[in-house]
Amino acid sequence: MFIDFFYHLREFGLKVSSTEWLSLVRALAEGHARADLNTFYHLARCLLIKREADFDAYDRAFASFFAGIESSLDISQELLDWLDNPIVPNISEADRAKMQAFDLDELAARFRDLLERQKERHDGGNRWIGTGGTSPFGHGGEHPSGIRVGGEGGGRSAVQVAGERRFRNLRSDQILDTRQIGIALRRLKRLAKETGPEELQLDDTIDESARNGGEIELVFGPPRRNNIKLLLLMDVGGSMDPYSQLCERLFSAAHAANHFKKFEHRFFHNCVYERLYTDVYYWKGEPTADLLKNLDHTWSAVFVGDAWMAPSELTHLGGAISFNYRNADTGLAWLERIRQRVPNSIWLNPEPRKQWQAPTIRLIRRVFPMYELTIDGLTEAVDVLRGARPNRPAAAAAP
Amino acid sequence: MSFHLFTGTDTYLVTPELRDAVNVACALEKPLLIRGEPGTGKTVLAEAIAENLGMPLLTWNIKSTTKAQDGLYVYDTVQRLNDARFGDRDISDVRPYIKFGPLGQALRADARVVLLIDEIDKADMEFPNDLLHELDRMSFSVVETGEKVTAQHRPIVVITSNNEKELPDAFLRRCVFHYIAFPGKETMTSIVRVHHPDVEEKLLQQVLLRFYWLRELPEVRKRPSTSELIDWIAALRRGGVTVEAIEKELPFMGVLLKRENDIETVLANRRFGRVS
Repeated sequence: MFIDFFYHLREFGLKVSSTEWLSLVRALAEGHARADLNTFYHLARCLLIKREADFDAYDRAFASFFAGIESSLDISQELLDWLDNPIVPNISEADRAKMQAFDLDELAARFRDLLERQKERHDGGNRWIGTGGTSPFGHGGEHPSGIRVGGEGGGRSAVQVAGERRFRNLRSDQILDTRQIGIALRRLKRLAKETGPEELQLDDTIDESARNGGEIELVFGPPRRNNIKLLLLMDVGGSMDPYSQLCERLFSAAHAANHFKKFEHRFFHNCVYERLYTDVYYWKGEPTADLLKNLDHTWSAVFVGDAWMAPSELTHLGGAISFNYRNADTGLAWLERIRQRVPNSIWLNPEPRKQWQAPTIRLIRRVFPMYELTIDGLTEAVDVLRGARPNRPAAAAAP
Repeated sequence: MSFHLFTGTDTYLVTPELRDAVNVACALEKPLLIRGEPGTGKTVLAEAIAENLGMPLLTWNIKSTTKAQDGLYVYDTVQRLNDARFGDRDISDVRPYIKFGPLGQALRADARVVLLIDEIDKADMEFPNDLLHELDRMSFSVVETGEKVTAQHRPIVVITSNNEKELPDAFLRRCVFHYIAFPGKETMTSIVRVHHPDVEEKLLQQVLLRFYWLRELPEVRKRPSTSELIDWIAALRRGGVTVEAIEKELPFMGVLLKRENDIETVLANRRFGRVS
């Protein structure tokens, strides 16, 4: 039943890897659970779960798995029992195939050996733990004589297969986490020579000193820094609600990126009009015209929104969705104004590209080039912003 | 290498879970990753482990510009160039110009040491990945001298993170993880007792009441931490503030709240809401 727990955790969406699982097995074999379910709970958690955000899922998984089991469970016995009869009832064919990729007899023999040696350590006080710092259950060939769990290749490839399968299933609703967004944004750089205090240019100094026959010649020059000034404009509320988590991640990644020269963010609802907001409840804001005054062509603007609204919201005077608010200029006019002021601007759409048929999406794509808010889309958008690809709205590219 | 057991120290109270996590990390020789709110004693943990196990502590404070290589060693080319020019030192030997960083020192140490990598999330996103090899193998090479350093005694590595940046999965997989939850009232009472052994019981209870009330105000953006509470009590006692005064108002509020907005929020709430 022991390996069952591993798959049980994974069924709850916890990405426990085999490496982590084997660490747990090793810790159990070394007696860290002290045959006590409470200690086991914490032991398993500190080795298998690496984000406190996952603790809740772990708790649910743990509770449902160990429901009805007394708290003085002898884990070592469980482990041996499992090793004696490793095929577990209620296990799917796919999981069984994965398990059979391990050489179970060999694995069992190793564990028994480990437990034996563990006893020796207790009896004779012989230091077994940490001999040379190599684990017989590790992988990656750290151990020179190569004692490995089952077949190393077999075990890992089973996991790799699982990993690939998972990835394919997720393609349709590919999840971007903050880290992936952060990495994509990091490429958003335009290095420019700046004025200001000069710094020592080490490479040039060495060059010049060598040319000078060893006499040191210090060379100073202007520093080179990232020159990107980013304005992030996000649609919040209404039809954007399903994407709020995704947008939060993009926002926190952009906010945490410390390599921009300047970073500003504003919120809007469906479309931009006279006012932009600094909070998601549209309480605090400033006239869009004031913001535009402070921007110029050295800025880059990124819109995030589904561009999905009633056409009147884009094309009519007074078409704005908020009913206590009458816009004196059409939404489209405002978008064009921003594009003129900040030519280096793009639109990220969390809706998949195949759903970009709505009339308002087509209108907006004539103003801004639009990309999907996925890893690929974001990477493409970053390339456009840093000048590695031409910045052309859809209509201009394909009239 | 003998099997040490961490038990906590007189000044550092440790929960059984944290104690076990430390011991598992020591036994499995994996880095221990500690996350939790600021002020929950993440950094002090490494000091407590070092003190408890009688090992030297090496600290590597991570900044936004820190590179993995800095922790191993830095080759001081400019000094060597300078010495070559002015000729007052023997420059034929490159070794004096290799300066080992905290990780390098920990791997070269004659005895087992505790290495604290403090606030790893401050560094560049790729930083943890750059450390994977060294932390796994506990060895590195000095390119300039050809020397290969392999740890004779694998250090106990404690890594702290404030969760400013997501850490890469490959890195997380190799760690033992512990999240220090914010202490509840009971634990907090014992923590305060460690720092203020002779604090009056009534004062302490009133202070804690106030403290948790503040923390639970949803509008407070930067919630006060344990270390700020301890400072606050010190300030209250030094200022000779009475229990009654704390019931009525929040003296020395600046010790607890550092943001102007938060102070305004609290003042507004105090007028409309019940404090205790």
